[in-house]
Amino acid sequence: MGEKTNRFSADHLRLDAGAEAARIATFIRDAVLTTLRRKGVVVGLSGGIDSSTVAALAVRALGADRVIGLFMPESDSSDDSLRLGQLLAEKLGIRTFTEDISGILRGAECYRRRDEAIRTVVPEYHSGYKSKLVLSSLDSSEFRISYVVVQSPAGEQRKVRLTAEAFLALVAATNFKQRTRKMMEYYYADRFQYAVAGTPNRLEYDLGFFVKNGDGSADIKPIAHLYKSQVYQLAASLGVPKEILDRPPTTDTYSLPQSQEEFYFSLPYDQMDLCLYGKTHRIPASEIAEALGKREDQVERVYRDIDAKRAVAHYLLMEPLLVEPIKKTAAET
Amino acid sequence: MMSIEAQVRQYVTDRLLFGRSDVVVDGETSFLESGLIDSTGVLELVAFLEETFKIKVEDEDLIPANLDSINALTRFIQAKSEALAHSRT
Repeated sequence: MGEKTNRFSADHLRLDAGAEAARIATFIRDAVLTTLRRKGVVVGLSGGIDSSTVAALAVRALGADRVIGLFMPESDSSDDSLRLGQLLAEKLGIRTFTEDISGILRGAECYRRRDEAIRTVVPEYHSGYKSKLVLSSLDSSEFRISYVVVQSPAGEQRKVRLTAEAFLALVAATNFKQRTRKMMEYYYADRFQYAVAGTPNRLEYDLGFFVKNGDGSADIKPIAHLYKSQVYQLAASLGVPKEILDRPPTTDTYSLPQSQEEFYFSLPYDQMDLCLYGKTHRIPASEIAEALGKREDQVERVYRDIDAKRAVAHYLLMEPLLVEPIKKTAAET
Repeated sequence: MMSIEAQVRQYVTDRLLFGRSDVVVDGETSFLESGLIDSTGVLELVAFLEETFKIKVEDEDLIPANLDSINALTRFIQAKSEALAHSRT
């Protein structure tokens, strides 16, 4: 019996970054200038790895003078988001605009609705508190339970299980943030006749880590096919500043610092990448477990969690449903 | 009064199947594996258990062995109700 070679490892996600950047740049040029017939691209810049990579790819494809970067801070944003976004924009030499969306969010009563939802489970919660949403770990149960973590002005933290009503109201309120940002991106897209570039990576796109008609909306999604660790490889090859490469992925949606891991994915991105790759390519959980140094049943659990997340993503990615297909007229075809 | 199992079945039909009576969920069908329940659904289920049966569902109770099928739920409610009755005597 021959010894099995080609064991599964992180090497399966290694990219030829130069070739991939060139392929995506060609896609962006064709999609924006020919298919969409727009003059350039608008990218919302969060100071994170995904939006930085998309902006750098857009510059590679179209040139800096056809790329607009938007900074859209709000009351709960980390100062780092704006600072790192500006650092990237300066390096790329692109035009930028800053829109503080706190006023719009206050107008929509985003913060009040959020605080009210939290008060149903933490009655003493008020505007001096900070908060974030977290999920129970996969190790504790296959049921992913949502909790709110609140921090009093004195710095005391509590973790409280949410009711279904509070969870839904809290998420519905904070989703104003992603939807307001997208509205602003389309304002600039309309004003300059540009296309909007979405920034989801494969983990986010495939597993539904986005807001429908919020950050899930865009004219092009140039990195949606790439695992997060591949986005890092691409970013490094495109010269994205090291400080952005080193920044831990964050949601930057809640007033307490919140990792994407505790909010949604349950594993660090590099491990989640391998699990999603394994699940997608029907690689037995035992092989992924060996590569990750985990037990087979832990990876089986992640595989089932991927199924559950894909069920959510199915709704999020669905186009509006019609009673019947709308036929083009002869003039339109 | 409806039995515990009948109340659980009614809940499954009303809340997990959105009233569809043409789908059969047998006693051992896993809610998770059949895609009938998501993380919000678990929280709704907890509210149903606490309000209908006046039991307290603790964080450590939130495991598939207790909540993932009609039979599991029925056993869980019975055990919790008995424990509650016992604590009152």
